[in-house]
Amino acid sequence: MRTVQVTRRVDPHVNIDRYDPEAELMLLHFGPQHPSTHGVFRMDLTLDGEIVVKAVPHVGFLHRAVEKLCESLAYVQITPIVDKNDYVAPMTNEQALNMAFEKLLNLEVPRRARWMRSLFAELQRIASHLLWLGTFALDLGGALGGGSTVFIYCFRERELILDLFEEVTGARFHYNTHTIGGNRHDLPAGWSAKVHSALNVIAGRIHEYEEMTLHNKIFVARTKGVGVLDADLALELGVSGPILRASGVDHDLRRDAPFHAYDEVPVRPVTATGGDCFARAQVRLGEIRESIRLVRAMVDNVPVGSINSGKPIKVPVQTKIPPGQAYVAIETPRGELGTYLISDGSQFPYRLKIRPPSLHALSALPYILPGATVSDAVAILGSLDPIMGEVDR
Amino acid sequence: MSGFVHGLSYGAVIVTVLMTVTAFSLWFERKLAARMQSRLGPTLVGPAGILQPIADVLKLLQKEDIVPLKADAVLFNLAPPVAVVCAIGVAAAVPFSPTVVAADLDVGVLYVLAIGAVTVLPVFTAGWASNNKLALLGGMRAVAQSVSYEVPLVLAALVPVILAGSMRIGAIVQFQSDHHWFVAWPFFLGIPAFVIFVLAMLAEANRIPFDIPEAESELVAGVTTEYTGMKFALFYMAEYVHTLVASAVASALFLGGWDGGPFRPGLHWMVLKTLFLFAGLYWIRWTLLRFRSDQLMRLCWRYLVPSSIALVATAGVWVVFVG
Repeated sequence: MRTVQVTRRVDPHVNIDRYDPEAELMLLHFGPQHPSTHGVFRMDLTLDGEIVVKAVPHVGFLHRAVEKLCESLAYVQITPIVDKNDYVAPMTNEQALNMAFEKLLNLEVPRRARWMRSLFAELQRIASHLLWLGTFALDLGGALGGGSTVFIYCFRERELILDLFEEVTGARFHYNTHTIGGNRHDLPAGWSAKVHSALNVIAGRIHEYEEMTLHNKIFVARTKGVGVLDADLALELGVSGPILRASGVDHDLRRDAPFHAYDEVPVRPVTATGGDCFARAQVRLGEIRESIRLVRAMVDNVPVGSINSGKPIKVPVQTKIPPGQAYVAIETPRGELGTYLISDGSQFPYRLKIRPPSLHALSALPYILPGATVSDAVAILGSLDPIMGEVDR
Repeated sequence: MSGFVHGLSYGAVIVTVLMTVTAFSLWFERKLAARMQSRLGPTLVGPAGILQPIADVLKLLQKEDIVPLKADAVLFNLAPPVAVVCAIGVAAAVPFSPTVVAADLDVGVLYVLAIGAVTVLPVFTAGWASNNKLALLGGMRAVAQSVSYEVPLVLAALVPVILAGSMRIGAIVQFQSDHHWFVAWPFFLGIPAFVIFVLAMLAEANRIPFDIPEAESELVAGVTTEYTGMKFALFYMAEYVHTLVASAVASALFLGGWDGGPFRPGLHWMVLKTLFLFAGLYWIRWTLLRFRSDQLMRLCWRYLVPSSIALVATAGVWVVFVG
């Protein structure tokens, strides 16, 4: 892994008074009621014509005090709450959370449960990246045009994965399937055959998405060289996941700090150079292929055994965690999702801090937006794949 | 029948048919887009959802009509009807058959292009009068785009004018009927001019991939951001009518209008060609992503304008030495 060396720092806070007295600058409140701010994100864009001179991101419109709420909930009750943080890959929230509990409890998760967690995480990655591709095309092409065609194709395939999850957990979206020490729901009989047929459909169509995006001249013209985030700045800002890998940093927690079953199923991280919107699309499409490979390798080889260590779950609400601190980070589709837990020995967490990857991705906006046009700003924001649920929590 | 009565009666018929076709082309577009996207589209209102446009209009009529407090109310209310009038006005000079034409003007091509160019005025008025920054940006883009694309549009339309030796659209169609359709011969002039004309026409009607003034993923709804109900619908109606009429103009100028090749000429050929072209534009719309405005300008000034100038020059040489 490379060390962080700050070579230069862009000053995002241009003094507007000194910018150009002749230019008639316009302050545009971009969001929170805007179709392509991915929820309720808001940027204050200072525009010179159509060129962004200064961008000030504002978050907090979706703040639900999740972390504070968690302090008054028993440990097993927290899982369904954090499900709603990253609402595009909900299962990854549960995983990071329960791994923190398990770490403080010193609880060994059965091998079968770990494999299932990996399997679910990779399926979530495919679903999440498909949704990203669809919404990114919407940002570029509009809801009444070619963008929505890509969007609906992506949703069609994402639906297959949601069906798989529904069969396991009974829920299509907010699963509440991970718990302290393992999983709640075992894999139903005949599930792996369905996974294979769903993956065959997706793998057969992924070249279509590449044709529609990476090989589409308009797509390339709209994304190449747009929103370049260089590796040093990305590392300094704590940006992680596909955005960091698109800037050429080969960093993936699944390989560098293996969790779940990733020590047994090696991951080949996808990287790209360029650090622009196009590179981010390349990385995410590559990761769909890589995840398909991983799921295919795992789904038939899930070890038999218990899916839950079963120790502290006798009277779940009264589960107590010994005093101490633990930080657990996993690689979600958006990057490093961390959970920092402080326990005082009671049945409620003393403090639970969630480190969302999207928040750090958004912190790059003031650096990479100046110089772009309003159209580019939409593309850049979309390429960062922000999920406001986990940014604001 | 005096010219005035002729123009009035045929004009009324053409406008009525045009508006009906526009309404049902909405249904057609939604069905086509749905099929392209593996959906069903409207199914509930009437058989196969064919009455959906009527339901849409009824819904829009019931909407509250909001004029923003700080908007310029006069201009704000004036813009939508002007947009529709400009779009329909173009239809007056388009001959659908040797007899079905409201007014076959001597300067038909000039009239069509001029009225078509005026459609940018209500769009910009709307953007300015809304007193909304997003609408203003949309209006700004609309002016830049329409003024730029006016140049290749006019130059491409000049090619059939030069080849046929007349500005009367009826005469241009008759010339093609007597000789060849311009896309067939001389195809090296006809096909590029046709392509440039269709591209510039898409840009003028603000259709994808050139719908930058509306750009709903960037500018919310562009110039129509502050409009509600029927006024909002009027802008869309103008856009559709403009596209439909422009398809008719392109069919007349390049595809031989009412001429049916080896078959008997007639009104149906013109209608078929227009709808065929119109459906092709839907296809483009639901396939492509959107350009950025500076890329659009580059495409226009760097490629379309020089090549259309070259086409016009070649057409002149062709007429003098060959035709």
